[in-house]
Amino acid sequence: MSRNLVLGGLLTSVFVIAALLSFVWTPDSVEAMNIAGRLKPPSADNLLGTDHFGRDILSMLMVGARTSIAVALVAVGIGMGLGVPVGLAAAARRGGMLDEVIMRLNDLIFAFPSLVIAILITAVFGPSATNAIIAIGIFNIPVFARITRGAALSLWKREFIMAARVAGKTRTRISVEHILPNVANLLIVQGTIQFSLGILAEAGLSYVGLGAQPPTPSWGRMLADAQTMASLAPHVALIPGLTIVAMVLGLNLLGDGLRDALDPRLKVVRA
Amino acid sequence: MLGYIVKRLVSLAISLIVASVVIFVVVEVAPGDPASFMLGLNAQPDTVAALRAELGLDQSKVERYLSWVGGMLTGDFGTSYTYRTPVAQMIADRMWVSLPLALFALTLSTLIAFPAGIFAAARRGAPSDLAVTGATQLGVAIPNFWFAMMLVLIFAINLRWFNAGGFPGWEAGFWAGMKALTLPAIALALPQAAILTRVMRSSLLDILGEDFMRTARAKGLTARQALWRHGLRNALIPVLTIIGLQFAFLMAGAIIIEQVFFLPGLGRLIFQAITQRDLIVVESVVMLLVFAVIMVNFLVDLAYAAVDPRLRTRT
Repeated sequence: MSRNLVLGGLLTSVFVIAALLSFVWTPDSVEAMNIAGRLKPPSADNLLGTDHFGRDILSMLMVGARTSIAVALVAVGIGMGLGVPVGLAAAARRGGMLDEVIMRLNDLIFAFPSLVIAILITAVFGPSATNAIIAIGIFNIPVFARITRGAALSLWKREFIMAARVAGKTRTRISVEHILPNVANLLIVQGTIQFSLGILAEAGLSYVGLGAQPPTPSWGRMLADAQTMASLAPHVALIPGLTIVAMVLGLNLLGDGLRDALDPRLKVVRA
Repeated sequence: MLGYIVKRLVSLAISLIVASVVIFVVVEVAPGDPASFMLGLNAQPDTVAALRAELGLDQSKVERYLSWVGGMLTGDFGTSYTYRTPVAQMIADRMWVSLPLALFALTLSTLIAFPAGIFAAARRGAPSDLAVTGATQLGVAIPNFWFAMMLVLIFAINLRWFNAGGFPGWEAGFWAGMKALTLPAIALALPQAAILTRVMRSSLLDILGEDFMRTARAKGLTARQALWRHGLRNALIPVLTIIGLQFAFLMAGAIIIEQVFFLPGLGRLIFQAITQRDLIVVESVVMLLVFAVIMVNFLVDLAYAAVDPRLRTRT
């Protein structure tokens, strides 16, 4: 196992465990405000200090991890759930009408600055975690469609697929039974990358107030709240930021490690 | 080449049409009537109706779409619902902040990425290469708005070298303007520089393994000479694509960075317009950004086809 895989896996598990743990236990309540104990630096009582309402930052980060992970995970799910079948269908009839239309639509979504559209969607339909998921998820669709199609196209030329066709299997059955299992590795690796991009996008959207709404804690909004306090208590801005960096770094390392472990020849798109 | 240009122009036109329809439809389904929003809760129904007629809201959707697109083609972006000033004027004013910011950031990221990528590729596997690659891992993981906050904390609040935000306007002089844009540009450039460094490095490494590089060494060039004379030029093709794509990220990233630094650019215009339900402004600014991105990518494609005839046959 490579160093990337171990380090990335460890970092990612820390956040996933913290998020899961927050359902049953947090060091302190995230709703309990304590104005007298506001903006306290890290101490034995509050391991990572308190924010401008005197809430425990560690607890806020744990509950916030839930939001970040949920948003990014569902967005990857949307991307895979819609993108993979589309990519498989396009590859099954290469050069056909469907392929042409799908790929042009894909190019079009790629041409949109994703953040601008995410802002447009969340602004029009109202800011919420759900709308953030949709906005981020839409841009995952072409990513998965494209890499699925690319990988599937080269598989369709292989002998074992030829054999399956001779055996009389339909294109759909071949796509599901033979193509999909062979592109799964690639999808897992790309999934980790999109997951990390989703975490960053969610943080950005909730920083500008278009993500999860109060009182749901979210990493991006913790930073937005911290902005005016940063000069008084740098830890309120420093700690949530470093948390995002660590989570994204962990996922990226995990992605690189998985790629090397599953297939060193895999090429992953970073978009 | 001409055939290729025509083909690309057709797909450019289709992209723009579909993009405009999508934006129009998304904004159309937005809840809330701009006219009643502008007049407040106590407005009389007939006043609202009069304003709706004045704003053209009583026309059919198709008519409104056509007049919106038609207007944009002739440089008329409509009139802001809230400010009652031409949207084109508002965009033009804000553009003088956003565009220099994006270009400043693009320049910075290129200036960082080229030497860093070349340096790392030339020392593949050495500790210095690992240091550069590690730094790029970190660079892509840092949210640029948080990096911006840290820059403000260090260079504006503690060291007092820069202002924490705001823009004096270009009337205050070129250098005063550039100074106000320096921290935002650095914040925008960092993640882009990290991505660009990676692309530069891996593209150079691919080229270094090519036969013509071995030939260059065989005819007596040193590794350094071969890299500069033959390697770099060929490695630039994928790098240029990424620079083209990055323009899109910079324009979009600028929206959030402008919020951090209170810069009066297109990003702040969008947010103000969103909170005031000034949908015509939102629509037009988003369309403009999408147009800019599609255009840049189109030009990058054309530039390639001009340089490399093989690409003209690719679909």
